[in-house]
Amino acid sequence: MSVPISLFQVALAAALIGLNILLSWRLRLGLGRDILIAGTRMTVQLLLVGLILGWVFALRSPWPILSIGLVMTVLAAQAAVGRTRGRYPGIFLDAFAAIFGSSFILTGLALSGILQIRPWFEAQYAVPILGMVLGNTLTGVSLAQDRFTSDLSVSHSAIEERLALGATRWEAAHTTVQTAVRTGMVPTLNSMAVMGLVSLPGMMTGQILAGASPGVAVRYQIVIMFVIAASSALGSLGAVLLAYRALLDPRDRLQTERLGGGGPR
Amino acid sequence: MLGPDAVEQSVQAQDVLLSVRGLARSVGSRRLWQGLDLEVRTGERLAVSGPSGVGKSLLLRALAGLDALEGGEVWLRGKPQSEWPMPQFRAEVMYLLQRPAPASGTVGGHLAEPFGFRIHAGKRYEPGEAARLLHHLGRPPTFMDQDAAHLSGGEAQVVALVRALLLNPTVLLLDEATSALDAETAELAETLLRTWVDAGPARALIFVSHDRTQQERFATRIQPLSGVTA
Repeated sequence: MSVPISLFQVALAAALIGLNILLSWRLRLGLGRDILIAGTRMTVQLLLVGLILGWVFALRSPWPILSIGLVMTVLAAQAAVGRTRGRYPGIFLDAFAAIFGSSFILTGLALSGILQIRPWFEAQYAVPILGMVLGNTLTGVSLAQDRFTSDLSVSHSAIEERLALGATRWEAAHTTVQTAVRTGMVPTLNSMAVMGLVSLPGMMTGQILAGASPGVAVRYQIVIMFVIAASSALGSLGAVLLAYRALLDPRDRLQTERLGGGGPR
Repeated sequence: MLGPDAVEQSVQAQDVLLSVRGLARSVGSRRLWQGLDLEVRTGERLAVSGPSGVGKSLLLRALAGLDALEGGEVWLRGKPQSEWPMPQFRAEVMYLLQRPAPASGTVGGHLAEPFGFRIHAGKRYEPGEAARLLHHLGRPPTFMDQDAAHLSGGEAQVVALVRALLLNPTVLLLDEATSALDAETAELAETLLRTWVDAGPARALIFVSHDRTQQERFATRIQPLSGVTA
């Protein structure tokens, strides 16, 4: 077990955010409010989660855990859409479907197939692993969605030109789809490339702090990273394909006006 | 009234390429036009004229099926647009954007690009034919190797026009397609298009132009497009 940590020690760490505020004030970054809100939110959210998890770990039924997973997914979808600039009606549902589909499938696979946790919904494993997968998938999904919608706006006329010359919607927009999916996958690939050299991932560090042997911690981390990579790839692909369906209709028409901007005149 | 109808139908079947009945369009809460009827026959060069903001570009876009129809229907050779697969419809009723999209690669590569679309799989890109058309528009053979990203507005219009002609559509929809050309090249384009339409067997074009003299010089018929009174 790791050394216990008192609330006073946590407060000491919280004082460090003064550095961010000082910087924001001196450099006129205008982030003071955002920093305070982010810091407070993070603290409150984590304290609450600590309480909830303690309660959930005592349960022996999959339903509360699945509901928690669902709530986490809704919040992840909300966060993903919040970071996307070009939004269309239904983007939240699409983000939810993409994140839910990819994260649940891959977390389920990891728990029951790879790590062979019995029962598979054992909260001590299911909740943190799903959390990590969701967190990374949401980044991929939001980047991919954002890239796709902004590329559609920017290359609006090139895509429409192809459509006007007889291209199907896929022929007209598949390069945009590819670029967006790639964009969604890059952060995971980047973090994998430097993992262990530059960054020591949080989960591994946590396990080591909690007294696990580094050998075991590293293996867990490797498994998780592959699960995360697969989930963010699947999530990005899903989100982009759903956005593609929403913004290019079956009659091969580009509907960028659904993004909120004015259409061409 | 069976007689005249039957006559009209048989005429329609023969040479009406594109017809429009009861087309409606609004932008926001503003109704641009409604109950719009239009017919384009083989060999016609129809000018759509009207003040700015009356929806001339939107009419061409509707004809090409790039915007959803709010009311009415468009027929190509007697078959409604809604029954055509759109790529096939647009391969025949081809719309040229007011401002060609930025391109990359060489001019030749850009001209060849649409031949990769499934709908044009039966056609082959002929560089010789492309060079011939470009020559008609006063471009030297070396033009094909130029970087398409660095074309002027007028050159881009020349490329867009040649690209469409190479694909051999039935009805060409030109949205100010010569607006950035110098007067001399614009007239060369008119000659080229006139020859293209007449070379048939069944070709026509509809164009929007703000140049009144070009309308009078080039159009076989002028269709005024006026706003709907509220």
